[in-house]
Amino acid sequence: MNPTLSDHQSLQLRRLLETGLPLTPRPFQALAEQIDASEQQILDQMQDWHEQGLFRRVGLVVNHRALGFAANAMLVLDVPDALVDEVGRRLGQAPGISLCYQRPRRLPQWQYNLFCMIHGRQRDRVEAQVQALLEAHLLSDLPHQLLFSTHLFKQCGGRYATPAGVAIDG
Amino acid sequence: MTPSPLARRLIDQFQHGLPLCAEPYRAMADALGCSQAQVLDCLQHLQLAGTLSRVGPVFEHTRAGASTLAALAVPVDRLQQVAARVSQYPEVNHNYAREHRYNLWFVLTGPDRAHLDNILRELENDTGLTPLDLPMLTAYRIDLGFALEATP
Repeated sequence: MNPTLSDHQSLQLRRLLETGLPLTPRPFQALAEQIDASEQQILDQMQDWHEQGLFRRVGLVVNHRALGFAANAMLVLDVPDALVDEVGRRLGQAPGISLCYQRPRRLPQWQYNLFCMIHGRQRDRVEAQVQALLEAHLLSDLPHQLLFSTHLFKQCGGRYATPAGVAIDG
Repeated sequence: MTPSPLARRLIDQFQHGLPLCAEPYRAMADALGCSQAQVLDCLQHLQLAGTLSRVGPVFEHTRAGASTLAALAVPVDRLQQVAARVSQYPEVNHNYAREHRYNLWFVLTGPDRAHLDNILRELENDTGLTPLDLPMLTAYRIDLGFALEATP
């Protein structure tokens, strides 16, 4: 039985993981050396966190734009509350939808409560795909909008381990 | 860029399910029938090309802390300046301009909800613009990566 990481080491590990694993043959060993722990302790902690559901996924995090998926669109719909779970589940299973979330309305500024992300190479093909999807699910009559991204200012992983009261650069 | 055949296979098979073992890149290589050196070389090239952001966990925000999707309706002539202000926060991990009256969309993550509230308040005070605060209520599909082939 390996001793578990201290709270401080756990937080350090979380921060290191947020920027990614080293691309070296023993990445967890490299992380272990940085926080004065053993490779096995790191692997045990990773397994614990994985089992606890802390990770949505573990793997390659790719930049859609660099791969040519420049048409990043957010489809938002105003779905009656009684139907939103059913519609969300259906759209969430549709091919080409990479995320599907319910979020709150903020009336009167914002009426939409269902959000889907679609990544594509060409804008017109994404538009056609969305239109076909809405027709197939008999949703064309619901108020909806398709918000294409026009510029990416920043993209990186989440920084959950940032301590409260952190100094902001700049 | 057009990814190499090995890069495509890595992207298609390992956006999730990276083996949590001492030599994960060797395990990936074994699964793909190539050498660990080829996998590492390919990942390094993808990273240099900007195609690969990183290898590792994507945290589940409902478990890892708090997160929200926020939006601002920014006058067009101030968009660059306000976007730069928003991007300064390490808590901002995506920040996009989108075609809408709400033209700046960003994801905030932090250790807890109070932390996000502080940032939203600060942004409102600094910019004079009131953010839309749209935290996730239900996930019907979470991001497990995407298939290179099945995407238009």
